[in-house]
Amino acid sequence: MFLLKLILRNALRHKLRSALTVVGIAVAILAFGLLRTLIGAWYLGVEASAANRLVTRNAISLVFSLPLSYKDRIKQVDGVEKISLGNWFGGIYIDRKNFFPNFAVETVSYLDLYPEFVLSAQEKSAFLRDRRGAVAGAKLAERFGWQVGDQVTLQGTIFPGNWEFVLRGIYRGLRANTDQSQFFFHWDYLNETMKKTAPRRADQVGFYMIGLAHPEQAAQASAAIDGLFKNSLAETLTETEKAFQLSFVSMSGAIITAIRIVSIVVIVIIMVVAANTMAMTARERIAEYATLKTLGFDARHIAGAVFGESLLIALTGGVLGLLLTYPAAAEIGRRLAQFIPVFRVPPETIWLDLAAAAAVGVVAGIFPSWRGATINIAEGLRRIG
Amino acid sequence: MIPLYYSLRNLWTRRLTTALTVVGMALVVFVFAATLMLVEGLQQTLVDTGSPENMVLIRKGSETEVQSGIDRDAAAILASQPEVAIGGDGQPLFARESVVLINLAKRGSDEEANVIIRGIGPASLALRPQVRLVEGRMPRPGAAEIVAGASIARRFRGAALGESVRFGMRDWQVVGVFDAGATGFSSEIWGDVDQLMQAFRRPVYSSVVFRLRDPGAFAGYKERIETDPRLTVVAKREIQFYADQSAAMGTFLRILGTTLTLIFSVGAVIGAMITMYAAVAGRITEIGILRSLGFGRGSILLAFVAESLLLGLLGGLAGLFFASFMQLITISTMNWQTFAELAFGFSLTFGIALKCLAFALVMGLSGGLLPALRAARMNLVEALRAA
Amino acid sequence: MTSPSTPIVEIRNLFKSYLRSSQRVPVLEDITLDVADGEFLALMGPSGSGKSTLLNLIAGIDHPDSGLLRVGGVEVSALSEGELAAWRAAHVGFIFQFYNLIPVLTAFENVELPLLLTPLSRKERHEHVALALRLVSLEDRMDHRPGQLSGGQQQRVAIARALITDPTILVADEPTGDLDRESAEEVLGLMDRLNREFGKTVIMVTHDPRAAEKARVIRHLEKGLLNHVPA
Repeated sequence: MFLLKLILRNALRHKLRSALTVVGIAVAILAFGLLRTLIGAWYLGVEASAANRLVTRNAISLVFSLPLSYKDRIKQVDGVEKISLGNWFGGIYIDRKNFFPNFAVETVSYLDLYPEFVLSAQEKSAFLRDRRGAVAGAKLAERFGWQVGDQVTLQGTIFPGNWEFVLRGIYRGLRANTDQSQFFFHWDYLNETMKKTAPRRADQVGFYMIGLAHPEQAAQASAAIDGLFKNSLAETLTETEKAFQLSFVSMSGAIITAIRIVSIVVIVIIMVVAANTMAMTARERIAEYATLKTLGFDARHIAGAVFGESLLIALTGGVLGLLLTYPAAAEIGRRLAQFIPVFRVPPETIWLDLAAAAAVGVVAGIFPSWRGATINIAEGLRRIG
Repeated sequence: MIPLYYSLRNLWTRRLTTALTVVGMALVVFVFAATLMLVEGLQQTLVDTGSPENMVLIRKGSETEVQSGIDRDAAAILASQPEVAIGGDGQPLFARESVVLINLAKRGSDEEANVIIRGIGPASLALRPQVRLVEGRMPRPGAAEIVAGASIARRFRGAALGESVRFGMRDWQVVGVFDAGATGFSSEIWGDVDQLMQAFRRPVYSSVVFRLRDPGAFAGYKERIETDPRLTVVAKREIQFYADQSAAMGTFLRILGTTLTLIFSVGAVIGAMITMYAAVAGRITEIGILRSLGFGRGSILLAFVAESLLLGLLGGLAGLFFASFMQLITISTMNWQTFAELAFGFSLTFGIALKCLAFALVMGLSGGLLPALRAARMNLVEALRAA
Repeated sequence: MTSPSTPIVEIRNLFKSYLRSSQRVPVLEDITLDVADGEFLALMGPSGSGKSTLLNLIAGIDHPDSGLLRVGGVEVSALSEGELAAWRAAHVGFIFQFYNLIPVLTAFENVELPLLLTPLSRKERHEHVALALRLVSLEDRMDHRPGQLSGGQQQRVAIARALITDPTILVADEPTGDLDRESAEEVLGLMDRLNREFGKTVIMVTHDPRAAEKARVIRHLEKGLLNHVPA
């Protein structure tokens, strides 16, 4: 009780210094939380992938396609329940800065495989009826102010020409981590056009999406599918959706690692700043610690007072930083919508933030508490004279 | 004027505090420098990849060679244009190339990455003087042979001299390794264009590259070719072509880096401010004595500002010192525009060093100015009474 | 004026030296001293004579190199760090030259401080503190912080704090060293009263002859050696 009073009053003693330290820690915790969120955004595709979905693509690389004829053969494989297909379209909306993922997909089966894309029954049937219809995620539609019924023109990069679509639906995500920034349209429309303009590129599929009856069949089904096309002109590579998404993440591994390191560095920086402040504070109060010891208080009391103050300041900064993280993340998510589809603070960030703040408090308190606790009373008292 | 050694000695007297403050600032400068160096390294890599007198043509609407397609008829028309320079051997300096991505596994892990494989023509090597064969030989036309860029040979399974990589139902022997310095070519694999197109069942080229006979002819050539009804191509200088490909990555790194540095510097400035406020508070009597000896408020202000600038300078130098070691590190990551693996390093330039030192001084100054003002404003009588 | 009963402080052949930049500097050499129960002793001597060191040793905040030091029958020189802290809390009241009050605590809280180490209830503590503050005539200032009090008032708070646990001995290190004449008189009068009315043993270090006048025994320390001068 007394200790609490002493800690609180001491923390408020140098109001400016404590305020500066709290702000510094809040800023560091804010940066830490945002960086963690940024890393999380990378793994979003991985997190959102379903365990019972497989992706089959050309073994050479994603650039190469697979024949449409593979569809019926894959369907025969044991455990394969659903199959859909699609192509990465890579179209540009007005300017290449407006990047968003856009796909040509086999519509009915795709929506069946992705129950997390929620469309109203009315919009769904309107989309399925219109050969040039397209569907966009709610965030994407919001970004460009699209309404259902609007005409959207994409400039092809892989498939030349200007492609005109009519927005027939706006999907919402079933879960918070569902990507609501995608755009997709009928694969048939793409294929029919290719048949006319570049027949050699018709009936070519970028990827097959496979739905399994039971997730535990993934390894076995993958091997079976790839076995079917071994030593053919277009060998396949089948993996779980999660592994597929992870391979994209790992390609940017160096950058993710860098961000991770930086998120630790920011905590180290603020540790140094806080440790400096606490050391300074303790040095100024050496005579007080000596007095308390003269009165019979022991090392534990003094260490407790110093640690308590250090933790109080660090946690105040931590909580402040944590509170700032949410509005800041919302703002960043709005501004970087074209880079990052979902910028959502993961729940574990709360604990990571508080743990980081506590670590700052503890580390900053170690040296001064040790000094305060082991101070020689006679030495400590002499300092005031 | 209070001599500089007064400030210096004060920093030395409070060694621990000084050291901690300097370490904090050094870390911030380190992050700042590393970001600038990384963006610089990325840009140098992609700019050096192109040569100013070379032209690249890809299909209109596509942004990268991988997306592009140029059929044989179009390539033949382009080859016969008068702007194409003639090489020493009497052949046009004109190459039809095919560029695709293949998945290769990294050495020592199961991670895969997309690697650019470029089908080259007879003139390709002459068009890229920065590419130097360091081991083995170039592939023979008509053989399933490839040469790997130094950065690929080192990091990918099967890509070193004497090893082989399997794709397109064939094993491809690595017969040479080339070094292209800090350019994007170091992250590529090259092979005979006809062999590769056959293996990949691709009937069209990805791009054509040629040297302009007269660099001044660029504008006229571009205008004529892009409006030629037989062709659907865009023409770019090779330099511009590669610079465009680093735009998104560069922007991302720059935004991330500056945001981080800004946030970090808030922490460091606060650290400096705390240190300097404490320095002022601990020396009230001393300031009073200095004032009573006849030093003016301006001198006191200057002495404390000098002290915080020194702190900043020390932090800046320490941060730069450690950042300079980053030049030994190579980052390899996916370029989001091409989806291909790209290796690039940290590059420290004189300009970056200056920026970092300026940044460190500004940090020191912003941390020290308010405390210095407080010291200078202090009432003489009160300062002495505090003794 | 020495008392025939068992002395409350017994010092035999006490030695103390300090390390000053790797050189051993002797501070106290072969000190032998008895302080009787209820005595008011002034230790005088020039700066550096070791008088404060001797006081610190008696108060148990420093360790002798060798020799015997017994206070109230307890061999202080043999206690561990932790035992010393508890012993100090119970048996020694310390009065410093610079008062050494905790700046963030009020006068009341400063006086209450030593009682927090005792099992007394909150109510009991408050009664004790009120009594002690009344004794030093500061009951109307108990909610003030040290910064809001004059030097003399601060020293009286420090005396109340020293008294609060009803210690065996009161030790004072230059208690008037930082006070004006008038405040010094007040403080000395208070100490004199504590000695006479309440029978407290007081050991005071001072180099102020007027302060020493209040004492009943004066001992002089010179270069670590004790000279006996009866008051």
